[in-house]
Amino acid sequence: MSIIRSLHPIIVKEFRQIRRDPTSLGMLLVLPAILIIVVGYALNFDVKHIPLLIFDQSMTPESRALLDQFRHTEYFDLVADVRSYKEIENRILNGDAKAAVVVPPEFARDILAGRNTSVQILVDGSDANSAGQALNYATRMTMAYSTAAIAQAFQFKGGSLSVPIRFEPRIWYNPDLRSSEFLIPGLIGFIIVLTSVVSTSMTVVREKERGTMEQIMVSPLRPVQVIIGKTIPYVGITLLASTIIILLGYFVFGIPIHGSILLLYAALLIVTLGGLGQGVLISTVTDSQQVAFMISVFSSLLPSMLLSGFVFPIASMPIVLQILSNLAVNKFFLVAVRGLMLKGAGFMDLWPQFLYLSLFAAVMLGVSTVRMRKRSV
Amino acid sequence: MRRSLHVIREMIRKEFYQLRHDPRMLGVSIVAPVLQVLLLGYAATTDITNSTMVVCDLDHTEESRELIRDFTNSGYFVARYTVDDPAGVDQHIERARANIGLVIARGYGRDLLARRPAEIQVILDGADANTANVLLGYATQIVSTRSQKILAQYASVIHGVRYGQIVPEPRVWFNPDLKSANYMVPGVVGLVLMIITMTLTSLGIVKEKEIGTLEQLMVTPIRPHELILGKLVPFIMIGFVDMTIVLGLARFWFGVPLVGSVALLFGLSALFILTTLGLGLFISTIAKSQQQAMLIAQFFFFMPFMFFSGFVVPIANMPRAIQYVSYIIPLRYFLEIVRGIFLKGTNLLTLWPQALALTAFGATILTLSILRFRKTLE
Repeated sequence: MSIIRSLHPIIVKEFRQIRRDPTSLGMLLVLPAILIIVVGYALNFDVKHIPLLIFDQSMTPESRALLDQFRHTEYFDLVADVRSYKEIENRILNGDAKAAVVVPPEFARDILAGRNTSVQILVDGSDANSAGQALNYATRMTMAYSTAAIAQAFQFKGGSLSVPIRFEPRIWYNPDLRSSEFLIPGLIGFIIVLTSVVSTSMTVVREKERGTMEQIMVSPLRPVQVIIGKTIPYVGITLLASTIIILLGYFVFGIPIHGSILLLYAALLIVTLGGLGQGVLISTVTDSQQVAFMISVFSSLLPSMLLSGFVFPIASMPIVLQILSNLAVNKFFLVAVRGLMLKGAGFMDLWPQFLYLSLFAAVMLGVSTVRMRKRSV
Repeated sequence: MRRSLHVIREMIRKEFYQLRHDPRMLGVSIVAPVLQVLLLGYAATTDITNSTMVVCDLDHTEESRELIRDFTNSGYFVARYTVDDPAGVDQHIERARANIGLVIARGYGRDLLARRPAEIQVILDGADANTANVLLGYATQIVSTRSQKILAQYASVIHGVRYGQIVPEPRVWFNPDLKSANYMVPGVVGLVLMIITMTLTSLGIVKEKEIGTLEQLMVTPIRPHELILGKLVPFIMIGFVDMTIVLGLARFWFGVPLVGSVALLFGLSALFILTTLGLGLFISTIAKSQQQAMLIAQFFFFMPFMFFSGFVVPIANMPRAIQYVSYIIPLRYFLEIVRGIFLKGTNLLTLWPQALALTAFGATILTLSILRFRKTLE
């Protein structure tokens, strides 16, 4: 009880300081909200409406039937029918088009004679992800058409044939494959890191820069109490910011919470505490906000953006980074949050993640307390 | 004029003296971009490789094994787990141990031989939407290739119908191996240049405001434009050093082919740096504390730039309204420039609109922020 009473003034002081700087508070609360809406709408990996060129050298009913597939699909938007390779080259080079289909002159003759024929699919490979998807769509459409054409030719002769393998994909958790369902849980982790690690390290270092830390240190409070008092308001802000995101995610983007809300908040709290510990730890290393900021960016912001699986798949990274990614606390947090929100996973599924998160928080809080104590002696 | 040059030179000397005094700052401005490019260059990949597959073959026939081989030989999937019960597939997907599950029902081979439609099931973890989408594409391709083969066989061998298959023949330009690094690393160059120059400038100036040394400088006979130039020139110089380092890393460390002109690349990068310095200066006129400067830089500039510039996701994928927003993001133009020069060897004839846009941005932002900064000085 007495601990709480002795913490009280410093918490009040910190809150007062935050209130006096409404710009920063506003940014910590309002911007995550703006960000989530914008990210939810803007980040879309599904490539559609790829600008396409068509070069039909065959000009037969057969080639037109195939190319009709390309004209009537949301995956491709026809830019122009061209007459030469040179034109394709120019238009792809200056970015007018990203893909082209070229039907060879002997197309119809070959297939009617029962010979296999090929259709060229040209893509601008500079954006590897989009190019890969464009190739994928084009290949699928060509093959589907070819299969249908063979079956039709057969029916024409009085037989009947159906597609031999019926392929039935089942997509779990996110059947429409919406990027927002994948990204928004990740955004929560990112914003927690931003508010906990970055803001904490900077507020503590700011007091050091201005010399007010010395003033607090000569008060009868123990350093640990000072730190707890200083960070409690940030726990509040972080949880509030996360709640805003979760609510917006739910109401605006329809991102479900299938699992336990209690567990979700437990994960949020643990990560926040760990982040605060990390922020305090950073503040013990340096006396300049500029350096504190850079260290925070490197030790938490970038890893949680890049190595956590937030945007980029970890399995595709070089092995060294895959190993390093285990240091990014957000990697585990993300598995937990996606599990809890999208998959309805329970504690039994996620206990390894919770264990790791707790370890991280314990280590960060422990080490930062020890360092704080040492400095004050 | 002579006096001005002299004052500016002294200011620059003071700034560098300060930098030397705080070796960590210098380290941050040189080491940080190197680390960022390395980290981002390796991590920012949209390639989907090493996808793990869990297979449940209830059929155990030559036909089912053939289909599984189609999957594993495609190079897209590694069949890491084999289970005997469809529930086992579910479990592996649920625990995120496998990205894709393949279930071949009992009777698959028999149905194929009897020319009845045979069924297979593919299960994907949609929580990772992009990976699932790409894997679905691969799986569809593999299955339809197999289907087509079987069908052509029926038609020709058994029923004597001759109709050729159409074989898609892909040709990829500019980046034949479809390595996402070739696309991402030039983007990383732009992003890192922006982070370093913008945050260093804004934090550096706000720091002097916070400590009160900016006031001290203002009461000296140094004129505002001399002060501004004296403060900006060192950051411009650091920016150029950083630019050389990150461009060098992209070319020689990551081996991104540099098809176009190096001089053009440097010239247009310099144009971009003027913009980011202007932004840094602008932030420093709004922010009262370094913390604020950091937040403004992060939320108002870094994040939107990263998301809306086409760095992660192509602008063409975005909703129309947001595509318009991307026009006011200078990084967008710079990314088009770097990617174009690196991969396609585009020249100024094609890139002039982007160069013009960057010039307009740079001039506007620099003028605006210098005017604002002068006001705070007066």
